[in-house]
Amino acid sequence: MQKIPSHTKARHFGMVIDVDKCTGCASCMVACYSENNVSFRDEESAKMLSLNWIMVYKLTNGESFPDTEVCYLPQPCMHCDGKEFGKPPCVSVCPAVATDFDWPTGIVSQIYTRCFGCRYCMAACPYHARQFNWWDPVWPADMEKYLSPNVSARTRGVVEKCSFCYHRFQLARQKAYHEGRPEEIGEDEYQTACTQACPSGAITFGDLDNPEHEVYKLKQDRYAFRLLERLNTNPSVYYISKRKWVHRMADNYLEGEVPAAFAENEA
Amino acid sequence: MTTSAFPEGVKRCSGSQFILWLLPAFLVLLIAAYAMFRVWGFGLNQTNMNDAYGFALWIWADLAVIALGGGAFFSGFLAYIMGVKQVKNIINFAVILGLVCYSMALLLLGLDVGQPLRGWFIFWHANIHSMLTEVAFCLTIYLGVLIVEFIPVILENPKIQRIRFFHHLSHNMHEIMAVFAATGVFLSFFHQGSLGGVPGVLYGRPFAFREGLFIWPWTFFLFTWSAAAVGPLFTASMCRLTEIITGKRLVKDEVYQLLAKISGWMLLTYIIAKSLDTIYWATVTAPSAGFSLMSFYTNNPLYGIWILIAEIVICGFLPALILITQKGRENRRLLFAAAALAIIGLCINRWVMVLQTLAAPLKPFDEWFMYSPAWTEVVTTIMPVAVGIIVISLAYRYLPLFPQERELNP
Repeated sequence: MQKIPSHTKARHFGMVIDVDKCTGCASCMVACYSENNVSFRDEESAKMLSLNWIMVYKLTNGESFPDTEVCYLPQPCMHCDGKEFGKPPCVSVCPAVATDFDWPTGIVSQIYTRCFGCRYCMAACPYHARQFNWWDPVWPADMEKYLSPNVSARTRGVVEKCSFCYHRFQLARQKAYHEGRPEEIGEDEYQTACTQACPSGAITFGDLDNPEHEVYKLKQDRYAFRLLERLNTNPSVYYISKRKWVHRMADNYLEGEVPAAFAENEA
Repeated sequence: MTTSAFPEGVKRCSGSQFILWLLPAFLVLLIAAYAMFRVWGFGLNQTNMNDAYGFALWIWADLAVIALGGGAFFSGFLAYIMGVKQVKNIINFAVILGLVCYSMALLLLGLDVGQPLRGWFIFWHANIHSMLTEVAFCLTIYLGVLIVEFIPVILENPKIQRIRFFHHLSHNMHEIMAVFAATGVFLSFFHQGSLGGVPGVLYGRPFAFREGLFIWPWTFFLFTWSAAAVGPLFTASMCRLTEIITGKRLVKDEVYQLLAKISGWMLLTYIIAKSLDTIYWATVTAPSAGFSLMSFYTNNPLYGIWILIAEIVICGFLPALILITQKGRENRRLLFAAAALAIIGLCINRWVMVLQTLAAPLKPFDEWFMYSPAWTEVVTTIMPVAVGIIVISLAYRYLPLFPQERELNP
């Protein structure tokens, strides 16, 4: 497996989503479709057949009025570090190395031209973050002209998923190189489309290991948690919510178990 | 003097009767060919698979037929490596059955991938850490071994035997067959295990995930063991079915009983190991991820605890106990009823390890994902049966598959 080249600065990109701020407007989804040439069909009601690199789930606390609470949870690919660092659940299973863990960035890639569509990675991913192109992509008339030239369109029969807008990282790195600061990429220079589109500022993106980045501080919030953390997938996407029931919705607990953030209160 | 195309000293039905018998199988084949055309032509949207069910009926069929076709490798192991002479009376049949199972499994895999023309990537860009890579390599090579094992059987046809070159070729191939059998055993042990590893390594799927030994999850060993146990029972059952259809005795009862005895003990040891594995998984592995045993068996219309009981008790311990007793083996009906149960148990095991794994919800806000296959999936899954009928019928008609047939049908 590829390690970090000695001349490359190691980063660990990740996301922190404050679900208490998310209004469920789905701007992130729209921005992602547009940015990454994600195709869509006339009929999109079957969610397990449609493509969306970031999906906003609507969760409720199950209580009746007036105690009903709602939470919107945007879920991109978790870009897991894996049980063993660098071995996310989907990467080690791919028989043709069509998906890989990028050591210099911590981003899990998907190589569409390498993928032959066995879908083993989809079976391995507990988040349903990976989607299959069941149909050939067809865009409405003239819309092809508006496709992004930075992201390759996918064909029928391959798996695709969120790339943390990796092409934006490439562009930022290229710009930094030409400006004579090859390893210095500012926090604002590389942001994902969904982060920038979020009107309520619920999504924060950056280097999880860089103390100067906002995500570094946010991930240490007392109420920060990750989705299905107990599976040991080590996601690079964190969530924040002060509501206990939201934490309970993010992982599985046996009877008597309490989410870590609320364990002290219970004790 | 003309030589008959049939093996020496045996009787076969008329040509018209034979064609009539094959007709339904060819009809199924025709429909399956149309389904394959739809899938390859228009894509996997012709199936009922979706993003929750990346693996579905075809992968189950793959796992099941490869395990059942495992009779070929384990019979080969018994006949050529362990020197159990009785097994040689059924080895030709086991090889043909294995060949049908493995070739059909590869065909279904070819159908199942989204980009079939890129199928060679699995060899060219092989990821050595993937269980599927190991499966692809071993499966393909073993299919080659099975073809080599089948060639001398074809050469035994009286018409072909008249040609001097083929006569000697067949003799020489028989001489070195032990080498191929040993290679087949080695390959088969690995890919049966790798198929078990396919669900077992999925640490994001607590229903399937198992700890294990070094890089191999326990399912690696359980799949190999169960295939070795049930494969020969499938061979024996299909042989018995051939006897019923042809109205002839083809293999002596002692051969069946010997296979049943070996399989019975293997099944018993397997099901004990499987039970221990299940207990550890239910009490340690799954709870560590926040799941109780019953969370995998409630709140859905299909997967109740009955499926676990059916697999382990009714289709595991029960047939194993029948087969290890002499009385059970000597009663032919009981023997084949036990074999049928064991075969069903193995199919249930492969089903739950693939389908239930994907059906069980992981995020607390997810619901069970249920699936019913499309006609294209069903008919292509039945296809191996049709191909099996055609190949075995042709082989039985023209090749000396059963050395004991003449003696048993004077």
